[in-house]
Amino acid sequence: MTATLEADAPSAAGEIPSFTVTLRVRRFNPEVSDEATWQDFTVEAHGTDRILDALHKIKWDDDGSLTFRRSCAHGVCGSDAMRINGRNRLACKTLLKDVNPDKPITVEPIKGLPVVKDLVVDMEPFFASYREMMPFLITSGNEPSRERYQSPEDRARFDDTTKCILCAACTSSCPVFWTDGQYFGPAAIVNAHRFIFDSRDEGGSQRLEILNDKEGVWRCRTTFNCTEACPRGIEVTKAIQEVKRAMITRAF
Amino acid sequence: MTHGTAAVAKVDSPRSPYVRRKTTRGNYELYSWVFMRASGVVLLVLIFGHLFVNLLVGDGVHAIDFGFVAGKWASPLWQVWDLLMLWLAMIHGTNGVRTIINDYATKDATRGILKGLLYLAFAVVVVLGTLVIFTFDPCPPGAPAELLASFCTA
Repeated sequence: MTATLEADAPSAAGEIPSFTVTLRVRRFNPEVSDEATWQDFTVEAHGTDRILDALHKIKWDDDGSLTFRRSCAHGVCGSDAMRINGRNRLACKTLLKDVNPDKPITVEPIKGLPVVKDLVVDMEPFFASYREMMPFLITSGNEPSRERYQSPEDRARFDDTTKCILCAACTSSCPVFWTDGQYFGPAAIVNAHRFIFDSRDEGGSQRLEILNDKEGVWRCRTTFNCTEACPRGIEVTKAIQEVKRAMITRAF
Repeated sequence: MTHGTAAVAKVDSPRSPYVRRKTTRGNYELYSWVFMRASGVVLLVLIFGHLFVNLLVGDGVHAIDFGFVAGKWASPLWQVWDLLMLWLAMIHGTNGVRTIINDYATKDATRGILKGLLYLAFAVVVVLGTLVIFTFDPCPPGAPAELLASFCTA
């Protein structure tokens, strides 16, 4: 990380300011203790560094037992959603300088999902909800010999919800999901929205039926936590409202 | 670890895995959601109409006494108005609290007890209120005439 930065900015007066920052990380290791604890790490960081860079520095130079997920490290894979200073963000998209590095920055696993170790949570309940609303194209009749055509307007109808990367930042920011984890959660509804409003898909009423569950869209309280948490800027609450509206027009 | 650990230490312990319970499909939650919106709008009219008639028209708040209430409940319009207000407000409120209980109770036992108490309170208030509106005697015998409504001739 910083190696490339230094290479890219070859002694250009060394303009990137560096500072020390304290990360207060929520540690949990079931092999050691059933209780999670806070641990502070102080690292040297540059103004261009992200939370993920600081975590890397800790893991590589300081404490190799620190456990977290990350794959692409560029905001596309959705592996490193975590609760940073009390808000769900992607560690790879959050610059240290944007979360007030003067004070210790708290880093916790996302809430509402069982913690496996440190910042790694069991995503299975989240993916179970996702699978339940059938995230694949459903059609009838013979398969066309060419592509399935769709007008740009029809494509635009669900464009926003195609951007989801399944990082679980939205679902694990939802207070209704925190209570008992039975709620389908914003992410599942967003991905259902992506198919319900797809003109090529014919499984719309099946999906609406699934989300009409007691734990479906009707548990949404429009607190907008999901919309604020989404690192892709999806208007999650709006998508949920559109699904609700589709259900009401179907029922009456 | 010296600064502020106490302030941030209060975070839930990691919890055990869970499984989704059986699916519960049906339009109940849909109708309840629509009812909340519809009854909310109707209640707005009913309550502000009620407040306007009781507090602003004529002598306003100073006119309210036994005779005033008795006079209102002698008219079928106000009987229906108040009955509707009672029922809609109670169902709307109870449904709202039911939702809150569902959201905040983490254990099924707590949820069941709280909802049981809620429905009991609902039943008592609705039955009592309905009974009062329909069995109310505007001219109780033996009461001093100056306290009663003008149409009481006893």
